[in-house]
Amino acid sequence: MDAAEQTLPAEQAGRRRCVSLLAGAIAGELHAAWDALKDKPETKPVRGPETGLVMVRGRIGGGGSPFNLGEATVTRATIALASGTVGHAQALGTDKQKVRLAAIFDALWQEDATREHIESRLLTPIENRIAAENKAKAEETAATRVDFFTMVRGED
Amino acid sequence: MYVAVKGGEAAISNAHRLLADRRRGDRSLPSITIDQVAEQLGLAVDRVMAEASLYDRSLAALAVRQSRGDLIEAIFLLRAYRTTLPRFGSSVPLDTAEMQVERRVSATYKDLPGGQLLGPTFDYTHRLLDPSLLSDEAVEEPARRNAGDEQIMRVSDILAHEGLIEADGELPQDHQAGDLTREPMEFPMSRDLRLQALARGDEGFLLALGYSTQRGYGRNHPFVGEIRIGEVEVEMDVPELGFAVSLGHIRVTECQMVNQFKGSSKAPPQFTRGYGLVFGQSERKSMSMSLVDRALRAEELGEDITAPAQDEEFVISHSDNVQATGFVEHLKLPHYVDFQAELAMVRRMRADIEGARDGETEMKDAAE
Amino acid sequence: MSANTHVFTGGFSDPVFQSQSVFRMLMDGMARPGSVHAVEHDAGQPDPLGTAAGAIALTLCDHDTPVWLSAGFSKSSVGEWMGFHSGASLTREKAEARFAFVEAGAALSSFGLFSPGTQEYPDRSTTLVIEVAALGEGQSFTLSGPGILQSKSVEITGLPEAFLRLWADNRPLFPRGVDVILTAGRSFLCLPRTTKIVA
Repeated sequence: MDAAEQTLPAEQAGRRRCVSLLAGAIAGELHAAWDALKDKPETKPVRGPETGLVMVRGRIGGGGSPFNLGEATVTRATIALASGTVGHAQALGTDKQKVRLAAIFDALWQEDATREHIESRLLTPIENRIAAENKAKAEETAATRVDFFTMVRGED
Repeated sequence: MYVAVKGGEAAISNAHRLLADRRRGDRSLPSITIDQVAEQLGLAVDRVMAEASLYDRSLAALAVRQSRGDLIEAIFLLRAYRTTLPRFGSSVPLDTAEMQVERRVSATYKDLPGGQLLGPTFDYTHRLLDPSLLSDEAVEEPARRNAGDEQIMRVSDILAHEGLIEADGELPQDHQAGDLTREPMEFPMSRDLRLQALARGDEGFLLALGYSTQRGYGRNHPFVGEIRIGEVEVEMDVPELGFAVSLGHIRVTECQMVNQFKGSSKAPPQFTRGYGLVFGQSERKSMSMSLVDRALRAEELGEDITAPAQDEEFVISHSDNVQATGFVEHLKLPHYVDFQAELAMVRRMRADIEGARDGETEMKDAAE
Repeated sequence: MSANTHVFTGGFSDPVFQSQSVFRMLMDGMARPGSVHAVEHDAGQPDPLGTAAGAIALTLCDHDTPVWLSAGFSKSSVGEWMGFHSGASLTREKAEARFAFVEAGAALSSFGLFSPGTQEYPDRSTTLVIEVAALGEGQSFTLSGPGILQSKSVEITGLPEAFLRLWADNRPLFPRGVDVILTAGRSFLCLPRTTKIVA
């Protein structure tokens, strides 16, 4: 999706980052951020939270034509704030509470008054946690990398 | 005579109660949790997800527990569950080149960009039962090493630079990816549909077929170009937003099998390929899948179809273990009426034969 | 991005039971062609979609049923609303559509471009949901066929002019052919492909 990222206007790219990070959040992170919220917003459910399926596609040979690999559970929610701002969220799995909170935070991110708070209190910590986890996994994998030693050269 | 009967409700109810008891087992032992199944029997959970064609670790772990570890039963449970959910859409095709790699090996190149990463493998273990697992001994933390930022290039891209390997499979521009969960299967089928069927196919069946190609039944001279296991991002276009967003990550295993080369007067010789992609960590399944994918391309590549693994109708029609177990296991259901009919027929045939024989004997006796 | 926030409004307040209730009415309606039913639940559909048509859309359409909209609906937010609440995608190809929604007064030239299904799968046909001015009043028509004891008379105001001719062309295709649901505000009646209509 690099191409898509480059072509998205800044506002959309920001929203995309926000929605994607919220999808990667752990339930505990969202609940903690909600509990820490001083003024809890009033929200109205618009759609869901509801669980369904996404058909996950692969590509033939890794980069060829798409094919249907199999499905994954996904839960989505749409809520509206009293101001009318609509928040969407979707994440793999079946955790409806988590996704409902993510939709609320997506809406709050769109409001000027709360964006900074959501960024610093929620999105940045999620981003940092994911980066740290990925680094740890990469290092654990790197430790299993094979270093070949040349024993004898065959030519003579 | 045919007599309609009913009954067995009490027996069935008590049988299910007994099943629940046996599933729980010895009450003096702690009950296993879904998290324990997901964490400590992770590869069983992966197999259930792959063959149920539904990625959800928690639900697959629940299915494993509910089925007492009968994986085909667990697959059946998860398949049944998926039919209760609406489909929201299709993902953007996974980009396996962007995988957070946990294991990556190649049998064709020793030194390749990104290196040979063994990951959490059973390879090189001595296959000796480990008594330390009888007790709950502490397990060491994994070793770590600086990962660097070298891109873990796909092996097919390395060979592709020189034009020595065929391109990733391209279907015609206007081809819509087929979906066997939506449209009944028809043969011959396109490669995208075959891969969908193989990805959910029974591991044992595909393993046996892959093995058969190696033993000479549709030989195609395979090398493991690359196996990679790791997490990839799943993205979906969300119409309300107007762009694709991440839904999270799933673990998949990808196998690029490099096979015998082929050339013609028009095309210079190049290697052909088979492809495997499976939910979860499932190296054996993805390798088998890529062997069978390559074997099933026989017609496309102008090869003689002589072996079972090359027979599309045979392979695809029998690869689904939920279908297979349904048809095999239905034989244990009451067939009282069918059997009575056949019994009556056999009796009649015997009576006819015996009648004829008695007739002959009488004639003989009379003649003597 | 859709700034059109009323796309997000509406939807069934209790999706499971309300869509089941509408589905049951539709089944009864198809089993008893010409019987008029009234949808109780308001799905909050945008204009110019009627209440019954909106409820039917949310009951029958999903991600696997491409929807075709007549020109009047295409210009409105009806498509986005259906997409958001039901998951259905829009198609401009009549032959691909599993459902087609036609606004009141739209000219109907032919059913021919909609899918009549195939001989093997006659169920893969398009179902047309056509809005008319009123049901239960206006011009009288006599229906007969499966699900109707002898004959049944229905009153319809604003049936498209060419409808009877198109319907007559639809019947010989059996078992293929399109099915029709006529809607008027909250009310609807079903005309499965087997029903004969005489003015």
